[in-house]
Amino acid sequence: MELANIEELVEKYLDATTTLQEEATLKNYFTGGNVAIHLQEYTYLFNYFAIAKEEQFKKTIKLAPKKTKKRNLTWFSAAASVALLVSIFFGKQQYDKHEQRKEAQRIYVQVSKGLALLSSNLKKGEQAVAVLYTYENTINKILK
Amino acid sequence: MKQSDFLKVVLPFKDKVFRLAKRLLVSNEEAEDATQELLFKLWKSKEKIASYKNVEAFAMTMTKNYCYDRLKSKQASNLTLVHSNYKENETSLDKKLEYQDSVNQVHVLIEKLPEQQKIIIQLRDIEEYDFEEICKMVDMKPTAVRVALSRARKKIREQLTKNHNYGVS
Repeated sequence: MELANIEELVEKYLDATTTLQEEATLKNYFTGGNVAIHLQEYTYLFNYFAIAKEEQFKKTIKLAPKKTKKRNLTWFSAAASVALLVSIFFGKQQYDKHEQRKEAQRIYVQVSKGLALLSSNLKKGEQAVAVLYTYENTINKILK
Repeated sequence: MKQSDFLKVVLPFKDKVFRLAKRLLVSNEEAEDATQELLFKLWKSKEKIASYKNVEAFAMTMTKNYCYDRLKSKQASNLTLVHSNYKENETSLDKKLEYQDSVNQVHVLIEKLPEQQKIIIQLRDIEEYDFEEICKMVDMKPTAVRVALSRARKKIREQLTKNHNYGVS
């Protein structure tokens, strides 16, 4: 390709009026070595384009990444509901026990109060009887 | 459409999708994620795809839009990070050395272009699509595409000549 021709194409290239074919010609010229010194900077440009086109997407394509996530979520909810049921069951048992204990304590307190009342009243009666005894004793002394 | 049929349609242009995503999102990982996400989206709408004549152009348009969205949300959520990245580009010694590397400096120069010009350079000079296809992909008129492409090319050329004359490279 003649230099004058290349120069013309470069001008067209800068004005963005080149066709794809003409651009391919430029690419060939500038990546092939033997570039005129005053056009040297274009070698960087076209070499870069060539290199940039080589880059590839290397990861494997996953077509169902969301599905697994959803399934995990359902498992989670199932596990959570089971855990909830179990904890309610045991919690209820525990609560019942606690209630029973409280009831027993209440009854114990009531009974012991009743007994205390009884015993204090009994004591009063005993004292009264004791008074009666002393009274009888003194009477006997006097009568003798 | 079966999985194997789908892969047959998608495999020829998956690299192009990846390269466009990388051009816009810069980071390799983000570009990989974007490509994965796009292929998955295509797979989900596989019934629709079967009726399309040009799946590739459709995929490239989707890629462009998806990357725009990503960029928007990134800028909205961590503006400071973007800013610090930019700063690092300017000061880090590694980057400067890289910049001196004659071919890599083209990459840096393209990175500095406005997004629309980046896309058009990518589609035309690297992927070698014809103008008609590019117009469809970026949803622009032919003259507008040519103007943007010419601007981008001239800008890169200008910078390259500058560096060349200063003896940087």
